[in-house]
Amino acid sequence: MISLENTIQRKFMGKSKENWKDLIVNNAIYIVIFSIILFIVISEPSFVSLAVFKNILTQSSVRLILAFGVGGIIILQGTDLSLGRMVGFAAVISGSLLQRPDYANRFYPHMDQLPLIVPLLAAIAVCSFFSAVNGFVVAQFKIHPFLATMGMMITLYGILSIYFASGAPGPQPIGGFDDRYTELVIGSTLGIPNIVIIAAIISFFIWVLWNKTTFGKNMYAVGGNPEAAKVSGVNVMTTFLLVYILAGVMYGIGGFLEAARIGSANNGTGTGYELDAIAACVVGGISFSGGIGKVSGAIAGVLMFTIISYGMTFIGMDQYFQYIIKGIIIVAAVSLDTKKYLKKS
Amino acid sequence: MREVFHLQEEYLLSIKDVCKSFSGVKVLKNVCLNIKAGTIHSLMGENGAGKSTLMKCLFGIYKQDEGAFYFKGEPFNFTDPKHALENGVSMVHQELNQVTKRTITDNIWLGRYPTKGFFVDEKKMHGDTMSLFKRLNIHLDPKTRLDQLSVSQRQMVEIAKAVSYDARIIVLDEPTSSLTSHEVEMLFAIMRRLRDEGVGIVYISHKMEEIFQVSDEVTILRDGSYIGTEDIKDLTMEKIVNMMVGRDLDDRFPPKDNEPSDVHMSVKNLSTRYSPIIHDVNFELRRGEILGVAGLVGAGRTEMLEAIFGARTLKSGEIYIDGKKIDNSTPHKAINNKFALLTEERRETGLYPIADITFNSCISNIQAYKNKIGFLDDKKMKEDTDIQIKNMRIKTPNRREKIRSLSGGNQQKVIIGRWLLTNPDILLLDEPTRGIDVGAKYEIYQLIINLAKTGKSIIVVSSEMPELLGITNRIMVMSNGYVSGTVNTDETTQREIFNLSTKYLNNNREAEV
Repeated sequence: MISLENTIQRKFMGKSKENWKDLIVNNAIYIVIFSIILFIVISEPSFVSLAVFKNILTQSSVRLILAFGVGGIIILQGTDLSLGRMVGFAAVISGSLLQRPDYANRFYPHMDQLPLIVPLLAAIAVCSFFSAVNGFVVAQFKIHPFLATMGMMITLYGILSIYFASGAPGPQPIGGFDDRYTELVIGSTLGIPNIVIIAAIISFFIWVLWNKTTFGKNMYAVGGNPEAAKVSGVNVMTTFLLVYILAGVMYGIGGFLEAARIGSANNGTGTGYELDAIAACVVGGISFSGGIGKVSGAIAGVLMFTIISYGMTFIGMDQYFQYIIKGIIIVAAVSLDTKKYLKKS
Repeated sequence: MREVFHLQEEYLLSIKDVCKSFSGVKVLKNVCLNIKAGTIHSLMGENGAGKSTLMKCLFGIYKQDEGAFYFKGEPFNFTDPKHALENGVSMVHQELNQVTKRTITDNIWLGRYPTKGFFVDEKKMHGDTMSLFKRLNIHLDPKTRLDQLSVSQRQMVEIAKAVSYDARIIVLDEPTSSLTSHEVEMLFAIMRRLRDEGVGIVYISHKMEEIFQVSDEVTILRDGSYIGTEDIKDLTMEKIVNMMVGRDLDDRFPPKDNEPSDVHMSVKNLSTRYSPIIHDVNFELRRGEILGVAGLVGAGRTEMLEAIFGARTLKSGEIYIDGKKIDNSTPHKAINNKFALLTEERRETGLYPIADITFNSCISNIQAYKNKIGFLDDKKMKEDTDIQIKNMRIKTPNRREKIRSLSGGNQQKVIIGRWLLTNPDILLLDEPTRGIDVGAKYEIYQLIINLAKTGKSIIVVSSEMPELLGITNRIMVMSNGYVSGTVNTDETTQREIFNLSTKYLNNNREAEV
C-alpha cells in the first residue's frame, strides 16, 4: 500500500522545472538528431516518402542485427572489434556455398545445390565458435575486451583470407548467387522487404531473451556488478560464453544477409562494421559502463544513424562532411550519457 | 558412543582448525567456531583479525588450506557461493555487492530467478518480494532501481535478500555500518525472530553497544588466532576489548586536553544548489577546536563538508578565515587556503589501492616535491613518507608496500598523513574511524586531539555517538539538510542529540518546493 502511494506520488510530483531540465539533458542527443532530420526534411521535402522509408528500413536491418550482437557484449562492459571480420567470414562462407549451378566462376565448381539452411548454419557455427573464444579469453584471463577482440580481428582476417583464396577461381570476389538466396534476402512479402521482416523477428527474439529470461537478467547483473553476480550464485563464465555466442549467432546471420544484400562477398566485406554497430549502440543508450541498455535503444540508435547518413546523401551533402557530423554525434552521445550517470551519484 | 554423537549434534555449525594463507602470510591460524542453532553469535576482532576471511572460506569464496566445516556434525565444504546458498548458508557481505542499475526484485532473486518454462516468472518474483518485505516490515517499492535508494535502504535490501534464502545459517558481516538507529532496531528484531525460528546467526560488528544488545555468545579472534568464546552474560566491554587487542585499554578515548581559543573559521548561509541539498548552514569553528557533526544518514553532513571544501555547487554561502573572506569554490582553492578533507569512502575516493605508501602519501602535495627543473624529488618524498610512517605509527614493512595490503586503520593513517603533509590549518574528517578496530581507533583519536593541540581546527563527522561525545568540544547536529542545533559536548546527552537529529525529518516536501 505504502509502495503504491510512493509510486503515485513520484509520478505526479515530478512536473517541476528541475525535471524539465533533466528531461532535456537526458534526451539532448535525440533533440540534436531530430533537429538534423528536420533540417533534411526542410531542405528536401520529398525525403518524406514511402520509398525512402522502405530504403531506410532495409539499410538498417543488417546493422540492427549486428548491433544486438555487440550490444550484449557492451552490456557486459565489453566491446567487439572482431565484429566486422566475423561478418566478412559469414558472408564469404554463405556466398561460397550458395552460387548458381550455372555460374562460371564457382568457388566449389562441383558442389550440388545446398538447402539454404546449411550455409546459414555454417556461418552461424563459425562465428559462434570464434566469438565464444573471445568470451572465454575475456572471462578467464581477464584480458580487456578491446585487446582480446583486436587480436581476434587480426587473426580472423588471416583465416578468412586464406579460405577466400582457396576457392577454385582463386582470390576473386564471390558472386553469382543462387536465386533462392537472393530472393530470400532482397525479395518482399506483402510489400514489406523480407530483410526487414527478418530483422523484426530477431528484434522480438532478442527483446524476449534480454528481458524475460534468466539469461538476460544474468547478463545485466554480470555487466552491472560481476562481483555481486558471483556471490549471488550466478555462473559468470557461463554468462560470458552465452552472451558472446549469441553475438556470434547475430554476426553469422548478419553476414549471411549482407552477402546477398550486396550481391557479392570478398575478404574485405564487413570492414569497419564494428564501429557502425558500436556507435549505434552507444547513441541508443547502451552504456560502456555496463549493465545498461535496451532493445529499443539499439533500434533507435541504428535507425537514427541510417536516417542521418541516408538523408545527408539524399540532400547531396558532401561525403566527408557527413563523417564530421557522425563523429561529433558519437562523442556528444557518450558525454551526455556519462553526464546522466554522474548526476545520480 | 551416544555421548559423542550428542556432542556433534549440539552445534548447527562447527568450524575446526581452519588455516588460510595469502601469498605466504598466514591470516587464519587454526581458527575454531561453534554456532548453536537458535543463537546470535557475534564474531569480534580487530580489523585484520581474520573475521571476514573465515566467513569467506565458509561461503566458498576462498578455499581454506587446512581445517574442516561441520553442519550438524556432517562435514561439508562449499566450492563456490552458489553451492553455499543452495545448502542453507547465506551472507550479507561487508561490501555492498549489488547491481545498482537493476531493480530491488532483480537483485533479491539474482542467481535463482523463478522460471515458468523458458521465461522468468516476474509475477511470482514480485509477489514473493512483497511478502518478504511485509514479513520484515520494509516499506520499499520492489520495482525501484537500487541507485534510487540511500545506502541504508540498500543495506536493508541486502539483509532481506539474505533472509529470503530461508537459510539455516546467516552471516551478517558489518550490516549496520550505514543504518540509522531505527533501522538497526528493525534489523535486530528480524535477527531475534530468525533466532527464535532456530536459525544460527553469525554477526560481525565493531559497534560494542550493538554486540551487547543483540548477541547470545561472542567469539573473539586476534591476528588470525582463536582467542575464546564466552556467553554475553559473562562479558564486559573492557573484557572484550582486552581479548581483542591483547592489552589493557583503560579507556576507549584519550584525554581531551586541547584548548580552543579564538574564532578561526566562520561559515555563513551555506546552501548547495543540487540535491542532496543543505540549507543555510551557519557556524563558527575556533582555533584548536574539535567540532563534531552528528546526524542521521542523509542529513547532509558529508555534503556540508564537501560544500566547504569546494566540491559542491553552492547556491549561497561565505567562508571567513580569521575574519577575512576566502574563496573556496574549488577543492584546489580550498587546498591552497589550507583546508584538508578526509573522505568517508576511503576506498572509492581516497585511496590509490595499487600504488605504494609513498605515492599515496605524497600525491596531494605533489607540487611541493618539484625540484628546480620541474622533476619530482624522489629523495624528499621518501624522507617525508618515512617521517609520516614513524609519527603515525603505521604498521608496514616499508614505504614501498602497496596500500591495499595494509589494514583499514593503517590505510586511514596514511591518508591522514597525506593531508598533514600539505600542512593544513583546517581538517575536515568524514567518518575518520569507519571500519577501523578499537585499538586503531584509539590511535586515530589521539592523533586528532594532538593535531588540535598544535592549533589545527578540526571538524569530525561521525555516526558513532560515543565517538563524538568522547573526542569533540562541541557537537553540531544536522537534520535533513538543516543545522538543528549546536551543543557543548560536556553538557549534552545522546538523547538530546538524537532529538535534534530528527527535528526536521518531516520537512522534506515543503523544503524542496
